[in-house]
Amino acid sequence: MDHFPTNWGNPRSEEVDSYNTYPVASHIGNVPHSVRQIAGYGHTNGHPTSHTQSPVVTGTSVLGLKYKGGVMMAADNLASYGSLARFRDIERLHKVTDFTVLGASGDMSDFQYVKHLLDSQMIKEYNADDGHTLATHNIYEYLWRVMYNRRSKMNPLWNTFVLGGVNKGESFLGAIDLKGTPYQSASIATGFGSHLAQPILRKELEQRGGENNITEEQAVEILKKSMKVLWYRDARSMNKFQLAKITSEGVTISESMSVETEWGFAENIRGYGA
Amino acid sequence: MSVFSTYPGQVIVDNPVSVPIEHRFDPYVDNGGTLLSISGEDFCVVAADTRQSEGYSINSRYVPKSVKLSNKTVISMGGCYADCLTLTKKIQQSMEWYQHAHGKTMSTAAVAQMLSIMLYQKRFFPFYSWCILGGLDEEGKGAVYTYDPVGSYERESCRCAGSASSLIQPFLDNQIGFKNQESNKTKLSLDQVLRITKDSFTSATERDIYTGDYLEIFVITSKGVEVQKMDLKKD
Repeated sequence: MDHFPTNWGNPRSEEVDSYNTYPVASHIGNVPHSVRQIAGYGHTNGHPTSHTQSPVVTGTSVLGLKYKGGVMMAADNLASYGSLARFRDIERLHKVTDFTVLGASGDMSDFQYVKHLLDSQMIKEYNADDGHTLATHNIYEYLWRVMYNRRSKMNPLWNTFVLGGVNKGESFLGAIDLKGTPYQSASIATGFGSHLAQPILRKELEQRGGENNITEEQAVEILKKSMKVLWYRDARSMNKFQLAKITSEGVTISESMSVETEWGFAENIRGYGA
Repeated sequence: MSVFSTYPGQVIVDNPVSVPIEHRFDPYVDNGGTLLSISGEDFCVVAADTRQSEGYSINSRYVPKSVKLSNKTVISMGGCYADCLTLTKKIQQSMEWYQHAHGKTMSTAAVAQMLSIMLYQKRFFPFYSWCILGGLDEEGKGAVYTYDPVGSYERESCRCAGSASSLIQPFLDNQIGFKNQESNKTKLSLDQVLRITKDSFTSATERDIYTGDYLEIFVITSKGVEVQKMDLKKD
């Protein structure tokens, strides 16, 4: 039985190996790897090579804010399938090491793949057993190179990642997008957040004179305020989110929470409530 | 075909043709920013703003565009930051190999040529990167090398590149090159060059949306490389 749906209805081809054994005898012979990728043949399962053109299951904004003593991040629990709010309990903040958290917006399957890559890196580190652990900026560099090389092959990982962490008392907060653009800042916001939340985060930092003048409680308030604005105005958001806190003590990813919202004003407005 | 009055911008189409519109992933992005480099008798100044933009948004107010390669060479790059950073890493790694192989630091002229070759090697998928290399040559004189994204390069006395280059370059031609004025060619001191540099950036910040936030100036002299940072308008 041919298990591969793409072959159903197609004329049987000599080059296609139905049971996906490898290597397969093929008249094309030895084909360089780069040619297989580009020309799309040399594969045993008969699929042409395809590149990511657009994301499928997506997460919206991720926020990051440095404060006195560490870094805090926020992301809601929604993975959308276009306009459908499909998966409502997804954790988009991922603990990488005891001192680093990765937040992902964009395609969720690519995020899962990156989580797998990072797990592999952590296992390599563990096996090396040389007394060193990967610091946040090391993971950042690795992730940046992965993203950049994928975009250079015209097959991007369709994400904007936010990486936050603390090492030897120094806080780190940076973002990398699908084109491999890295940047660091005391406040980060991806997607819609870059338009709606970033102004709030920057204003707070400016008014308080920098991240060292923001306490943990204040950081929570600022992020909750931003998540509220996003719930009001981002059509692909959800009022259920988590906060991740990274300090020199370690990583804490909170339970899911919601913000109080006010919809009463719409009662008397024609088209909204009346 | 009917003839009727046209308004400015209207195009009369005789035979409309339908063509499939292809959407593809675009690997390039313009992160904006401006950089300049001015050479002196025994010094070189490399300056760049630190704003990283994407469209109408600011990614970060402090992402340095200039990197010290050695005690006598500084490189600055504008354009697509991902490409610029990758190219910087390639240069640094090559310089390290050279140091181990030859037991000495690469000279500014050697780095200059190497960069040209590195850029041309990606001629058919370029680094979208506007590079300016500043440093001291083997005689101790200030040197500025200018590049295009595919490696065409030239040594000049001063150059600016990036989003506000068309605003600053004419000013530099007049103030550094003494063009379009009674010829009064004097050798400029470091102090004069720094003042011209700062004025260039404050002016560019006024009119170019991609330039602003902070200005980082690298001063290369026989004593080494010194860095100054100053504020620019953040709007």
